[in-house]
Amino acid sequence: MYKVTIGLEVHCEVKTNSKNFSSAKNSYSEYPNENIDTVDIGLPGILPVANKEAFKKALMMALALNCKTPDIVMFDRKNYYYPDLPKGYQITQETKPVGVDGYIMVNVNGEDKKININNIHLEEDTASLDHFNDYSLIDYNRAGVPLLETVTEPCIHSIEEALAFLEALKGIFLYTGVSDARIDRGEMRVDVNISLSKDDTLGTRTEMKNINSFNSVKLAMETEIKRQTELLDKGEVIEQETRRFDEENMKTIRLRSKADAIDYKYYIEPNIPPIIISDDLIDEIKKEIPMLQFERIEKYMNEYMLSRHDSEILVKDKKVSDYFDETVKLGLTPKESSNFIMSVILGYLNKFDMTIDKFFFTPNMLYDLITMVNKGEISSKQSKEVFLKCCEENKEPKKIVKELGVTQITDDKTIRDIVIKRLDERPDLIEDHRKGKNTFNYFVGEVMKETKGKANPSLTASIIKEEMEKR
Amino acid sequence: MKTIMDLREDLDTGKVTSNELFSISNKKAHEYQDEFNSFVTIVDKKEEQESNTLLSGIPYALKDNFSTTGILTTASSNILKDYVPVYDATVYKKLKDAGAILVGKTVLDELAMGGTGTTGHTGIVRNPWDKNRQIGGSSSGSASAVALGIVPFAIGSDTGDSVRKPACFGGIVGFKPTYGRISRYGLFAFASSLDHVGCLTRCVKDAAIVTDILKGKDERDMTSLPDEDIKYSDVIDNDIKGKKLFYIKEITDLNLYKDAGEETLEILNKFKEVIEKCKKLGFIVEEISFDEQLLKAIYPTYITISSAEATSNNSNLTGIPFGPRGNGNNINEIMFDARTKGFSELIKRRFILGSYVLQKENQERLFKNAQRLRHLIVDKMNELFKTYDAMILPASGGIAPKFDSEIDRMSDRYLMLENHMVIGNFGGFPSITIPSGFVSNMPIGINITGRVFEDGLTLNIANKIEEALGYKGLIKEEYDV
Repeated sequence: MYKVTIGLEVHCEVKTNSKNFSSAKNSYSEYPNENIDTVDIGLPGILPVANKEAFKKALMMALALNCKTPDIVMFDRKNYYYPDLPKGYQITQETKPVGVDGYIMVNVNGEDKKININNIHLEEDTASLDHFNDYSLIDYNRAGVPLLETVTEPCIHSIEEALAFLEALKGIFLYTGVSDARIDRGEMRVDVNISLSKDDTLGTRTEMKNINSFNSVKLAMETEIKRQTELLDKGEVIEQETRRFDEENMKTIRLRSKADAIDYKYYIEPNIPPIIISDDLIDEIKKEIPMLQFERIEKYMNEYMLSRHDSEILVKDKKVSDYFDETVKLGLTPKESSNFIMSVILGYLNKFDMTIDKFFFTPNMLYDLITMVNKGEISSKQSKEVFLKCCEENKEPKKIVKELGVTQITDDKTIRDIVIKRLDERPDLIEDHRKGKNTFNYFVGEVMKETKGKANPSLTASIIKEEMEKR
Repeated sequence: MKTIMDLREDLDTGKVTSNELFSISNKKAHEYQDEFNSFVTIVDKKEEQESNTLLSGIPYALKDNFSTTGILTTASSNILKDYVPVYDATVYKKLKDAGAILVGKTVLDELAMGGTGTTGHTGIVRNPWDKNRQIGGSSSGSASAVALGIVPFAIGSDTGDSVRKPACFGGIVGFKPTYGRISRYGLFAFASSLDHVGCLTRCVKDAAIVTDILKGKDERDMTSLPDEDIKYSDVIDNDIKGKKLFYIKEITDLNLYKDAGEETLEILNKFKEVIEKCKKLGFIVEEISFDEQLLKAIYPTYITISSAEATSNNSNLTGIPFGPRGNGNNINEIMFDARTKGFSELIKRRFILGSYVLQKENQERLFKNAQRLRHLIVDKMNELFKTYDAMILPASGGIAPKFDSEIDRMSDRYLMLENHMVIGNFGGFPSITIPSGFVSNMPIGINITGRVFEDGLTLNIANKIEEALGYKGLIKEEYDV
């Protein structure tokens, strides 16, 4: 067995109004070349103007990854020729990235693990190319979209860890609102570096670029680890090279060796003067970072005594977690709130493909609904029906309960009158009961029939018991 | 052709209309085109834009590396020979808004790289004072159009001395203000950290008037400076008594030029006469010593930094999003072909040099060292500017060269004398060249470089010296109609 060492480079598009260095709209479009301006196609004479929103969000992400942030933001040029790069250089950060030396905590099979971040830097995305038999098409919509690249240290030692990191990173993007991280739209792409070794020294690594889904990342890692293992078993050496993952054939294919690596001739972008980052700005950004998934899970488990499983489900979507927190703040116990959210609400949202923030049933309504159950005004079974009605008719639970008349009868005298009446009618069954036959449920049924199921079940049961014993 | 202020008066008093002025300029532009080749494009339809600025109705020429919507803009390169921009450079927009009338787009050295006026794709530009001589460059057509009296002013760009050197050879004024004073948006980039927009005029006051219109913060250029409250044209007549000037011994001392030609010696002698006149005007002028090693480093430092930035800046010219599409079996061959055909040998040489100095294994030793030298030179200048208000030096070590002159390997000394104006680009200092007389019947000039941000004072000093020298509004007789 070899020790696997993995380093990841994750590109994620930043959600902003306009592009990183131009005023064109930063928005996904089905129509090619719709969101472009002169800067994005690199016309002669254009100049980049740095998008404040983009570097503020980049700083937010850097802080969320516990990175050190620089005193000034600077950009560099990465020079290479490719048709998806209209200026012939990409504006990126080499000298002063927005964050260095950070880390995040992830949980792998119940164990906490620290993943170190080498750096996170802000750059611009390239155009997208569509290749056909004898021609290719260029769509510049994506050209210039702000892109954050997160680079880990080679400190990941299993596929599970790598995937846990990617999920955690995606979670941070979503929680901070820095990106929608829509993998289906190519908003998040992964480069994987893998090396194998027998001891603690690092082996020779290979790199696979631009993998488009977490599942592909998993398969690519499996495939490459297998390939390297086989080579090493045969006593062969691994070459440092860039490889491409061919998912169809489950193979990784050599693209270029280290010797053919491109020299990007980095140098400082002269058109963007250094932007000074004040402590005030950093404080302001820090305040905007919400509590993140990892910390929320810890809180739910340690303070709320929820299981890891439940906690993980609740924090999967920040909006759900916020919803849950709100109901706890209103006064529900974490357990009753999480039970209802997980057993009823999430299923409902899923069924109707809705998000919790765009849904009628507010945390306040959930509080009212569960409080009615706790007071015995409705049964827990009824609460689900009330919930559905509320969503169906966009009405508050109290109103629905009133309209449906589902309020429980909790009045002792009303129930006792019915019980006495029914017991009087059937002395034979009371006799049977004394002889050991179970006729108890008959009377419960009768009360429910007469009250149309509204009688409080436990109260009904205790009254029947009391009255039978009296006779 | 008169100065802007003279024309302003003629327009305001009804002596001439802007239509008539445009027609005169247009006619002259056509008339001199075959002989001198100032223009890539002559505009035959007058832009109708009324305004109440000093430039309203005044004709001008624009270097063909400023983006002009709907008007061919070639940068005098084959790779852009059919390129028609879809947006306006800030400079062009400001001039349009000010009511200035575009007469044509002028020839430059290909992509503004060069100082001869011989490398544009439409042919060489000739010097109005002697057709067998160069006008210099790279703002060659802009200089010749003003020197020929076609227009009272023209816009150029200046990365090494590309406005100020051709101004010197053409007997006119060339001014580039502080880096960032005028927006570069829409100027085809050569070397972004050195590129300046500048103007070529018939007198210092006109340079102040044009700069007043062009300067100001531009949201599209992050390096542009904040707006100021002053008009340079208001301060150019200020009293200069007691202002301190310096010149560099290692560049101007006659004893160092034992092997130099007659013309160089005459230029240096005439420079000393200018110094005496300055003293009479009330300036304090002192000779200072400048580290010769640093002076020798100016030219290689410039070539290293400018080539590196040029390589990157011109990487957009691949024939893919715009420009002539190359042939080939794959994308690399297609781009390769477009660039092979699109650039002249000189340009390719610069790109190779630029790539070389940026390569990982060379960058520290070449590119980064050049940047360190640039800093050392600028630091030294800033130190001098603590004591002095401006530097004054000859703008060139010789008169405009002949086309057939053998370009010998120039001595270090001569290179220092010939290339010191790039100091103004290194530090972003305001820098102006004004005519200072004649040698061998060709105009010569002096250069005044001031403290950064002090464009007004620099123009003020130049204006006073111009008054004393009396070479204002020069035009060779045969063209002065």
